[in-house]
Amino acid sequence: MEIPRHWRLRQQRYALVGEVCPHCEEKIFPPRDVCPYCGNEAKTQFTFSGRGTVFSFTTLTEAPAGFEQTAPYTVALVKLEEGPVVTAQLTDLGDRPVEIGMPVEMVTRKIRAEDEERGVIIYGYKFRPVLTETQ
Amino acid sequence: MREVVIAGIGMTPVGEHWDISLRSLAYRAIRAARQDAGGLQPQALYLGNFLAIDSSHQANLACLIADNAGLGGIEAMTVEAADASGAAAFHVGYLAVASGLVDVALVVGVEKYTDALGPEQESAVAQAMDYDYEVMQGLTLAAQAALVMQRYLYEYRPPREAFAAFPLLAHANAVTNPYAMYRRAVTPEAYARAEIIADPLRLLDMAPYADGAAAVVLTTPERVRDLPHPLVAVRGSIGAIDTLALHDRPDPLAFEAAYHSVQRACEMAGIAPGEVDLFELDDAFSIYAVLSLEAAGFAERGQGWRLAEQEALGLRGRLPILTLGGSKARGNPLGATGVYQVVEAALQLRGEAGANQVPHARRALVQNLAGPASSAFTHVLERYAV
Repeated sequence: MEIPRHWRLRQQRYALVGEVCPHCEEKIFPPRDVCPYCGNEAKTQFTFSGRGTVFSFTTLTEAPAGFEQTAPYTVALVKLEEGPVVTAQLTDLGDRPVEIGMPVEMVTRKIRAEDEERGVIIYGYKFRPVLTETQ
Repeated sequence: MREVVIAGIGMTPVGEHWDISLRSLAYRAIRAARQDAGGLQPQALYLGNFLAIDSSHQANLACLIADNAGLGGIEAMTVEAADASGAAAFHVGYLAVASGLVDVALVVGVEKYTDALGPEQESAVAQAMDYDYEVMQGLTLAAQAALVMQRYLYEYRPPREAFAAFPLLAHANAVTNPYAMYRRAVTPEAYARAEIIADPLRLLDMAPYADGAAAVVLTTPERVRDLPHPLVAVRGSIGAIDTLALHDRPDPLAFEAAYHSVQRACEMAGIAPGEVDLFELDDAFSIYAVLSLEAAGFAERGQGWRLAEQEALGLRGRLPILTLGGSKARGNPLGATGVYQVVEAALQLRGEAGANQVPHARRALVQNLAGPASSAFTHVLERYAV
């Protein structure tokens, strides 16, 4: 169990908290100590909207340890509307085929059970298709 | 810096070595390489390994490997760069000898993939990626390659079956390599039928992880004037990094680290990338072979797959690749792969590649990648002319 490690990431996992660079104003997620765009230190928090589009995706059949119960599942590169790309699972897909360019939004879901006997569950971001409005 | 040559090479067959320990596997390669180098006494051992801390519960592995090989008292350390560890260790060995501080260096790559099994081992290999932001989302190296491949298919629209050419070529070349894990050809039909690992990636797009050890002895040319085989000079050796996480790249289809390491290694050797007789590239996944060809400048962006179509990449083509089966058919012993590639290129340059010999091979480009070229190491090797 790696409690401090997961605890440290709670803002990122639950609320997509990244940074905005105070020098060049680029948005950054996941947070970094040095802005990749201008090379200055980036420390100003910025909460992302959680809206984006699918940049690429795949469905895994062979899952690594900790994810066996979830398999098969779809992982995507999601391009957030503010610019950065994140790796995340897609959820609530139903029978819907995934496509590059598909609009998605962040939801909080169970990522994996870390320690079954003690009932520790790790939650974090996944993305679901944006619900289309009915007429 | 001093001139550095490969004086000796050795390797074990790649495969599932259930009955051989990590230390003994490494020793077999060391013994072969030292014998080949005329029994030179190494002063240092640089070890490439990826999984031992996790899968074999063994830290300070270089100490164990040197100690077990009867090399007590020498300098030894492990160099880790995930599945590019072997090339990273070779680079450090090169630096040690070139600097003048070490006269004879032993570079060893070893991996015991079969010491752990199934989902556990899948997780261990996944540690090549950003743990907090990729691994924790359930990503594997294969799924990451699938994300790259999916995007490539979307942006450049090559025929899906175009990727078959890479595993087919690798397997065809491995048939006559006694050290290869899969010494049999595969057909386009078998490729089309292969199980989907992570759509669009199929089983035959992925090099199988396996056990193996390879070793080389590096020294200066004047120390090995009387060896019965040709020497191979290291003319360039350069590493470069990209972002560790794939999602942090402005363009995930540009293997920037591969590009920079090729450019700088060739500059160091005083050649253009095109002035080589073969290119031992990293085919951990078929899409990575394509992107490596593009990054090295052998094809335009989005066009790398066409080189296979034009049969340029075979043993008698204008740019032979994967000449002894690559990771796909030789097998992918992860942290040892980069040393296998160097040994295979040396066999070609010494004219000892048998049925796989590239005619008149004088200069080789060798490149090993960590994940989707998060790290890339490129070496320029040349048959040593006295």
